[in-house]
Amino acid sequence: MNGVRGRHVVVVGAGPAGLAAARAAADAGARVTLLDAADGLGGQYWRHLPQARPAAREQVLHHRWDTYRELSAAVREHPAVTVRASAQVWSLDRLDDGVRLHVLVGEPDDAGRAPLALAPDALVLATGAHDRTLPFPGWQLPGVYSAGAAQALAKGERVAVGRRVVVAGAGPFLLPVASSLLRTGAAVLGVHEASRAGALARWLDRPWELAAVPGKAAELAGYVAELARHRVPWRAGEAVVAAHGDGQVEAVTIARLDARWAPVPGTERVVAADAVAVSHGFTPRLELAVAAGCALTPGRFVVVDRAQATSVPGVWAAGEVTGIGGADAALAEGAVAGAAAAGADPAPSAVRARDRARGFTARIEAAHGVRGGWVRWLRDDTVVCRCEETTYGRLREVADLTASRETRSVKLTSRAGLGPCQARMCGRTVEELLGAMDPGGPGVDRRPVVVPVRLGDLAALPDAPELPPTPATTGDPT
Amino acid sequence: MSTGVSGGAAADVVVVGAGIVGAACARALARAGTRVTVLDRGAAASATSAHGEGNLLVSDKGPGPELDLALVSLRRWTVLAGELADELGPRFPSVEHEPKGGLVVVASEPGLAGLRELAAGQRAAGVEAVEVTGEQARELEPDLAPGVLGGVHYPQDAQVQPVVATEALLASARRAGAVVRTGVEVTGGLRGADGRLVGVTTSAGDLAAGAVVVAAGPWSGEVARRLGAWVPVRPRRGTVLVTTPMSQRVHHKVYDGDYFAATQSAGAELQTSAVVESTRGGTVLIGSSREQVGFDDRPRAEVLAHMARRAVAVFPFLAQTNVMRSYLGFRPYMPDHLPVIGADPELPGLWFATGHEGAGVGLAPATGDLVAAALLGADPAVDPRPYAADRPTLSALRPDVSDAQAAQVTCASGTTEKAHEGVRP
Repeated sequence: MNGVRGRHVVVVGAGPAGLAAARAAADAGARVTLLDAADGLGGQYWRHLPQARPAAREQVLHHRWDTYRELSAAVREHPAVTVRASAQVWSLDRLDDGVRLHVLVGEPDDAGRAPLALAPDALVLATGAHDRTLPFPGWQLPGVYSAGAAQALAKGERVAVGRRVVVAGAGPFLLPVASSLLRTGAAVLGVHEASRAGALARWLDRPWELAAVPGKAAELAGYVAELARHRVPWRAGEAVVAAHGDGQVEAVTIARLDARWAPVPGTERVVAADAVAVSHGFTPRLELAVAAGCALTPGRFVVVDRAQATSVPGVWAAGEVTGIGGADAALAEGAVAGAAAAGADPAPSAVRARDRARGFTARIEAAHGVRGGWVRWLRDDTVVCRCEETTYGRLREVADLTASRETRSVKLTSRAGLGPCQARMCGRTVEELLGAMDPGGPGVDRRPVVVPVRLGDLAALPDAPELPPTPATTGDPT
Repeated sequence: MSTGVSGGAAADVVVVGAGIVGAACARALARAGTRVTVLDRGAAASATSAHGEGNLLVSDKGPGPELDLALVSLRRWTVLAGELADELGPRFPSVEHEPKGGLVVVASEPGLAGLRELAAGQRAAGVEAVEVTGEQARELEPDLAPGVLGGVHYPQDAQVQPVVATEALLASARRAGAVVRTGVEVTGGLRGADGRLVGVTTSAGDLAAGAVVVAAGPWSGEVARRLGAWVPVRPRRGTVLVTTPMSQRVHHKVYDGDYFAATQSAGAELQTSAVVESTRGGTVLIGSSREQVGFDDRPRAEVLAHMARRAVAVFPFLAQTNVMRSYLGFRPYMPDHLPVIGADPELPGLWFATGHEGAGVGLAPATGDLVAAALLGADPAVDPRPYAADRPTLSALRPDVSDAQAAQVTCASGTTEKAHEGVRP
């Protein structure tokens, strides 16, 4: 406990990074408020059945379930931590003297969620990421799921998205998704990884780094063994380049890809399937970081220093918002960020773990990062924005007609990205297709209204929001 | 033409700013045969023009020169929307010109009396302004709050999609020969031996021109300063809320009677009023707020809450709808509430088309026509004198020469000197 006693640290996000940050901050002497929009702890990584209907099998579905149990218990039982579940931060004001968080507490569909305003001494953003799916012909058909959605249904509801499922995309995340599908009773027809063996060999670069992340290596080895047991083929350098069906996925076309991810003509084969789970990496949830004014990397992650501090005084970040590194990296970064936010020196062991995990983050990007050749599997009639049904052909046509490559203008002239998902699904894709990345800027990720909010809830906000009294020193096991 | 282009000039006219006003000026000038280059430091249609609602309004203007300009400009829009569609073809996105009409509503007797008085003056100036009872208002808009006592219906009010409208005007200007260069920032002025402005220096090199038209919206003051001139445009921040798409329940542009007062005020403090309308995309746009906070672009939840309360007071059903987006932008505010359209009184070669506050989209076509008529010596469609840069209300504010800030001015000979030394000996 070497932090500034009584400093109020707010942690947004209760996945691995946020839980680790909350505990580290509290252990360092801070008063901590941990917020998460979900009704329980764990985030996407440890998504599980609600406590009301617990399952003995969580252990089977989750890696590091013991870590979760220990960490969540430590956070819930810590007297200096207030846990607020079902607490959605919908907006962040950047004021001259710090940030103010605007939170609505309650179930998202309920009218009259209770407003809460927080003006923390320190803020830790652990808002995570959602998975990204590149468009392909037919991806709007029912039966096409993002791998994250398939995983969430498997972990959170014990529902398999189909009976015969193809898993495709890029990155190590495909392996646990295939595993979850197998464990919920689906037949996984194959796991198709876009990166080719050559790129994947980078996993073997600097093997001592990988060996230094034993949990990760063992986890991946376990998935590979599980796939082998179920005779699920894992193929590198392949992609689902089309989905077919009359109102529902009935088959997919799989093709080999070259090193740039362009489909190799003549290698297409059609496979009967009733569902596809596809992800090509992750997009960090940057809304709060952008609202706070945090500097971003050219690849658009939050810039952090060795103590996980962002460019904005009083704001730290941990986990996938700083780079896609998985749960080990998130746990390590959270521990560093939480301690630093509390005004303490992070434990050297936590710093070392974070540094090791960073190597893993770079490794994932080097091996699985999206390559530009994928646009070759698009057709003019391929839907790019599913909310507004804007096609690839229309997007290019409008950009040509208006001679504009600027995302905001093309969004408003083509309607891509204007729908209810607010470009969360297609924004990065539209930027790439237009060649309009906004290096270092927020681009499509500027969303001052972080999530949809009922106008009635907005109207009911108090005029000058009352800041709540400082959290009680006894925990509130919400 | 009368701009006196010197030999070797790259353009007859440089328009600074690729928003709706710059686009309208460029189109009008290019179609009249002028060689036009439009410069914008950012992208086209990306600042003020992309952060409003696309209002074409007469209802929010009292009798006077702004209303006169609006009446002409709204008629121009009706024709222009068809012209642009014919010229650019069916594949070009629609400018979504919607002659939907406006409905101003009030919930108090004093409010109603004030609105009636405004409407009477507007009618005398040529506006169609039809008084409606509460019941009639609810026939026009069935979901209005029960407390609405009455209002005025303005059939001439309309709307366009402002980004498409700007891009369409620019596309049309390009077809007439205009060059649009984005990502090029004006850094200073080029001066002839007689002190006349003969072009601009930019982040991408010098550009000679017979005339320079500043149409940079709220940034016009800064552009003018760089050119060695002065215009008192200031940013006035505004916010818009956007709901998720729904089946249409708002049929007109509906706003509460306080909106007029807010547009006419000079206060720097936060002012909000309900301005509610549907778009073709199914969303409902909710405005509006006015704040003078410079170019501070940090949103504040408090502003959204104020706007939400106002909107729900007019349309209670909106309380059940979801806001999925908000955006904020900066209007070019003028201290005397009139745009500046015309020549700079002190620097020959410099022209302004700016300061339209929240009315730039509606006033753009008439502004473009006025600029083209003035530059080309044609007869203007409206008397341009009220919008002149040397009008008394602005002259009174004009800083003394000794107050003028140093601007980067490059003489055509290539030497650099202070603006006020070069311009105002």
